[in-house]
Amino acid sequence: MAEAAKSGAAPAPAKAKKKFLYVNRKAPYGTIYALESLEVVLIAAAFEQEVSLAFLDDGVFQLSKGQDTAGIGMKCFAPTYRALGDFGVTKLYVEKEALSERGLTVEDLQQVTYEDENDGFKAKPSIVLIDRAALAKVMAEQDVILSF
Amino acid sequence: MSMLHTVNKSPFESNGLRSCLAHASKGDTVLLIEDGVYAALKGTAVSGDLWRCRIDVKFCVLGADLAARGLDKGRLIDGIRVVDYGGFVDLVTEHGRTQAWL
Amino acid sequence: MAYQYNGHTIEHDEEGYLTDISLWSPELALEIAKGENIEMTEERWEVVNFLRSYYDEYQVAPAIRVLTKALAKSMGPAKGNNDYLYELFPYGPAKQACKIAGLPKPTGCV
Repeated sequence: MAEAAKSGAAPAPAKAKKKFLYVNRKAPYGTIYALESLEVVLIAAAFEQEVSLAFLDDGVFQLSKGQDTAGIGMKCFAPTYRALGDFGVTKLYVEKEALSERGLTVEDLQQVTYEDENDGFKAKPSIVLIDRAALAKVMAEQDVILSF
Repeated sequence: MSMLHTVNKSPFESNGLRSCLAHASKGDTVLLIEDGVYAALKGTAVSGDLWRCRIDVKFCVLGADLAARGLDKGRLIDGIRVVDYGGFVDLVTEHGRTQAWL
Repeated sequence: MAYQYNGHTIEHDEEGYLTDISLWSPELALEIAKGENIEMTEERWEVVNFLRSYYDEYQVAPAIRVLTKALAKSMGPAKGNNDYLYELFPYGPAKQACKIAGLPKPTGCV
């Protein structure tokens, strides 16, 4: 803030957006963490903050293709990740090392896209593959981190 | 601004600590709480990891959780600071941001 | 608590949302709408049908702006806005339209 004032940059908007990162580290159905995280993200989306998600450790399994929970009597919430773009959540960071440790590639994940309002509503990929060091930087840049 | 990381699972049961150390930034603090305190013990299979891998990160452990588990302070890896609940709160305010590794 | 129509008994919670969303049918929608004092016109069916197909695809009710955008596409820009939605469903699209469409109470809806 002080620096911005000195350099004569435009003042920050009265209600600056905060950066929220939801960190997902658990596989989807063995515990309630993944579903809870998704529900909190959907609620938080109404508050117009800058929200992104990170998937690391077993959290990368949340995005696996072809999930079918019919046999275990639980709600299949995998399709809901594809609706996140509609809620203004357009960045899903997926850690490369977490994928490769689990024998996965990005091909094993479902496709998630969002419509870019600033580019004629073109569909663009939401999933951003990122290595561990870069993800550590993303975490360091956040205002708030919520872990699940 | 640096971050306070809390780890609440035993390192023998969960990879929370390992993942935390792989994502913490220089100058951050890791506070071991609940079953996370087992990572603070000397001479275990993980004590080498904890200590060697991040000399640029500070380690603290919550005294009440040590006491509850019958762990004497003399069994801690050298250099780990024991804090009480007030110290926990101070760490939270000093760092501004907290990330829980569940 | 249950909706009764044509010999069917379909349970709902204290706010009128279905206990088992798989039991929805268009006839039931008419019954729920009656309880809300809502007449199911073509325009209202348009909204209800959109909600159902969105939920079917994503397992979540759409954000309001998604709903208004879809209406703008199908019915013209004059109808793709909040005012129009509230004209159709005075107690709010989330509260009334989702209930009539047989969706769960929207997440985060207060």
